Amino acid sequence: MLRNIPLQPPLSSTTCPTRIEMPNQQTAESTPLLVVDQLSLNISGQTILSDINLQLGEREILTLIGPNGSGKSSLVRIILGLLTPTKGACRLKKGIRIGYMPQHLQVGSLMPLTVSRFLLLGGKTSQKKVMEALAEVGASKIASAQIHTISGGEMQRTLLARALLREPQLLVLDEPVQGVDINGQVALYKLIQEIRDRYGCSILMVSHDLHLVMASTDRVICLNHHICCSGTPDIVTKDPAYSELFGSSQVALYSHHHDHTHDLSGKVIKCNQKSEGNQDG
Amino acid sequence: MDDFLLRALLAGYGVAILAGPLGTFIVWRRMAYFGEALSHSALLGIALGLLIGISSQITVIVISVALAISITLLRHRGELSSDALLGIFSHSALSLGLIALSFMESVRVDLIGYLFGDVLAVTQNDVYWIASIDVAVLLTLFFIWRPLLALSVDEELAQVEGTPVARTRLIFMLLIATVIAVAMKIVGILLITSLLIIPAAAARPISNSPEQMALFATAIGALSVSFGLWGSLQWDTPTGPSIVIAATVLFLIAQTRAILR
Repeated sequence: MLRNIPLQPPLSSTTCPTRIEMPNQQTAESTPLLVVDQLSLNISGQTILSDINLQLGEREILTLIGPNGSGKSSLVRIILGLLTPTKGACRLKKGIRIGYMPQHLQVGSLMPLTVSRFLLLGGKTSQKKVMEALAEVGASKIASAQIHTISGGEMQRTLLARALLREPQLLVLDEPVQGVDINGQVALYKLIQEIRDRYGCSILMVSHDLHLVMASTDRVICLNHHICCSGTPDIVTKDPAYSELFGSSQVALYSHHHDHTHDLSGKVIKCNQKSEGNQDG
Repeated sequence: MDDFLLRALLAGYGVAILAGPLGTFIVWRRMAYFGEALSHSALLGIALGLLIGISSQITVIVISVALAISITLLRHRGELSSDALLGIFSHSALSLGLIALSFMESVRVDLIGYLFGDVLAVTQNDVYWIASIDVAVLLTLFFIWRPLLALSVDEELAQVEGTPVARTRLIFMLLIATVIAVAMKIVGILLITSLLIIPAAAARPISNSPEQMALFATAIGALSVSFGLWGSLQWDTPTGPSIVIAATVLFLIAQTRAILR
């Protein structure tokens, strides 16, 4: 399946060149699924978010990065409707189906609940679809395990499966690789990209990991209460505001990634694997 | 079997049927203290009922729902921790109820009966009342089962997925308030929470699904009622506490079995 993707230039070339050449205008191409307009959030006198503007287009992967306490999760919670902004607005396309993968979810051992039952709780779905979703995230073998006994990585995959079961048009992932080892992280990011291709959905991701996420995202927003810089990964990583926020040592590590990723739009995954291999060697 | 015993048994089963599934949710949602605060407020409800001359069961429901809503609102402001807040409400409600009852000199109130239950004084009408409440509560629970389960796992995820969180939570509180109004005659205000929590906790180690746990909790609750009544007759012990101790013994057996396995 994966090998077929580069063999279909008409499909990828219609979206990708625009994305690469005009990173700041690419959302003008299609009606955005999400528009955040001059949004601010104050909680008991403290400014959590100020003057945030962003758009998310169809089939786009947007990653919010920023240090701890920079307001990433608050922004996501506003977008999900769990938090009301102090000022400004957040508009989602009407009737949009959102799949949400929370940063953390713990089912206490007090509730006897199997993984597949947990997935059935997500909404109108069937046992068959649940099994398919579990297979998709590579977690079939834990279907009948009690959910409080599975590992952190398995929990992340389970949560992703639950988000996928909603057949989302917008997938919101809050720190999707948290608690997953490095190999698992690479695999999970790869899976997220595959999901975008398969479902044709947009993805909004929160991350404070800087290395791996850069290869799997179309656009990055650097957040530290306000938007410090934004654009494609190669532009952002060269931005002085980025180096200031994360230290300049990071930059060199990335540009290597990006050169490959963005020259070969369709071959993102393969390219990513290669560069991983180079680092190991 | 004597009539009063049969009525007591039926009333006890009627309460156990409700306490099983609702108690299971209370355990999952870690609302034991919340249940306690609501049940303590029942005394205030009884006083109010006597004061304005309507059925105390209705005033008990009204008062505990009012309390449930104010606790929820105050908790959202988040200046006090939940357990402190619940402690304040719980004991203020109990004290206020005791004071209100002490003012009513014209009415002879069986305080001990209210506090610890008087299942042997259950009337035929009480049994019918409990039976109809059972039907209403179980039907409601059936309709909110999936959303309630979803938000007991994670409220935010449920909300994002479009589950009517606020509505379901409110209905659940109403159900708890109703069970309290029904159960206070059986085990009394001070012991209601135990009838909700102990059977559910006892059912946990032997259950593999949420529904199983609710059913086992009901069965364990019914067994506790039977054993408690029997023990109370056998050794002439107070009935309410005997039922609770029977439940505790069953809980200990289930725990021991789980540890030995």
